[in-house]
Amino acid sequence: MLDCRGQRCPLPVINLARLVPGLPAGAVVRVLADDPAAAVDIPAWCRMRGHEFLAAHDGPAYDVRV
Amino acid sequence: MSASPVYLDAATAAPLHPVARQAMLAALDDGWADPARLYSAARRARQLLDAAREAAAQTLGVRADELSFTPSGTAAAHAAVLGGLAGRRRAGATLVHSAVEHSAVLHAAQRHTAAGGAAVSVPVNRLGRVDLDAWASAVAAPGVALAALIAASHEVGTVQPVPAAAELCAEAGVPLYVDAAPLAGRAPLPAGWSVLSASAHKWGGPPGVGLLVVRKGARWESPYPADERESGRTPGVVNLPAVVAAAASLRAAAADAAAEAARLGPLVDRIRARVAAEVPDVEVVGDPVDRVPHLVTFSCLYVDGEALLHALDRRGFAVSSGSSCTSSTVRPSHVLEAMGVLSHGNVRVSLHRETTEADVERFLAELPGIVADLRAQAGVTDL
Repeated sequence: MLDCRGQRCPLPVINLARLVPGLPAGAVVRVLADDPAAAVDIPAWCRMRGHEFLAAHDGPAYDVRV
Repeated sequence: MSASPVYLDAATAAPLHPVARQAMLAALDDGWADPARLYSAARRARQLLDAAREAAAQTLGVRADELSFTPSGTAAAHAAVLGGLAGRRRAGATLVHSAVEHSAVLHAAQRHTAAGGAAVSVPVNRLGRVDLDAWASAVAAPGVALAALIAASHEVGTVQPVPAAAELCAEAGVPLYVDAAPLAGRAPLPAGWSVLSASAHKWGGPPGVGLLVVRKGARWESPYPADERESGRTPGVVNLPAVVAAAASLRAAAADAAAEAARLGPLVDRIRARVAAEVPDVEVVGDPVDRVPHLVTFSCLYVDGEALLHALDRRGFAVSSGSSCTSSTVRPSHVLEAMGVLSHGNVRVSLHRETTEADVERFLAELPGIVADLRAQAGVTDL
């Protein structure tokens, strides 16, 4: 779980990118981010970095498999 | 040391064409009177207005009585949408539009839905091109009064399949409104529309002049209180010197359009290739081939869009951004959002008749260092 609520773009994506190298392959991260840009930028980051974007949830929250 | 300025935001407002300046100065002397009055100064103004209308219509390949001058491109877009819906209210109350329309069209759509109407947004693909299958089913649904499609994306440059979309509209009996602001004066207009709008400051005309074209026989009804000006399509006396300048510069821009496209297209190709190759972690967006000749958009990972605009401005480069990392906008560009591409660190570069190869080279030489500095300041270089 990564809480990026209250952070403006591009901070949620930056913090996600900082977290990921320390995680085992296949781990799923849930990112909480209320900046509207996160809904676009987290899936785009996954595409650019070869991670799997799993789902967006109300909250809003985003699940990413690394 | 401050560098000499390089203006790369023609898609917001192109620098005033010299022909526009000359025409405006002449019309300030000769066209100050109200063209609707019955004395000699008014008749001179009327002649200028008629000639401007004739020239603009001829350039666009439409009839003069189909074309009205409006106080802005935004006003023309509002009138196109709301008037197109009003004229077809007996057919239904649904507006179909692409997800990448200009905000002027989307705001008119919001006004329509707030008043009880409906609006259906048709998705686009990763390149920003409208999904024609979804378009076909949206316009064929019952109760559609009007469909709206921008001629080419004003943010990423992708040309929309207007002829194919127009054919689907014709099969469904739905009139099509085309926002031609990104194309007018730069490329021939597509066929098949019933209502069209454009904006003079996008082609090098003055700000404060829009064009609204309503095809003969198209169902369109003014959304404004009655007024006899401009065939009743837009209220108020026009800014005649600006209108004269708009028409003269439209003709000049259209005459040079093919040559300018041949000059600017390769410069945009160069920007697309070099930015992708020389700036790490960048996403160059929009269709690389089927696009307007003068515009390119890219997004830089981990970079704050507003910080990037300020850094470029300090080096003398004027560009715009669809990022939301600014104090004034909460949401990212709806166009980038609809395409599903990175929205932060976004830059739109748009060229014009005064843009030189040296300008582009200087931009390309300085951009990688500017982005690298911003990433170093934010501590994201190793991500």
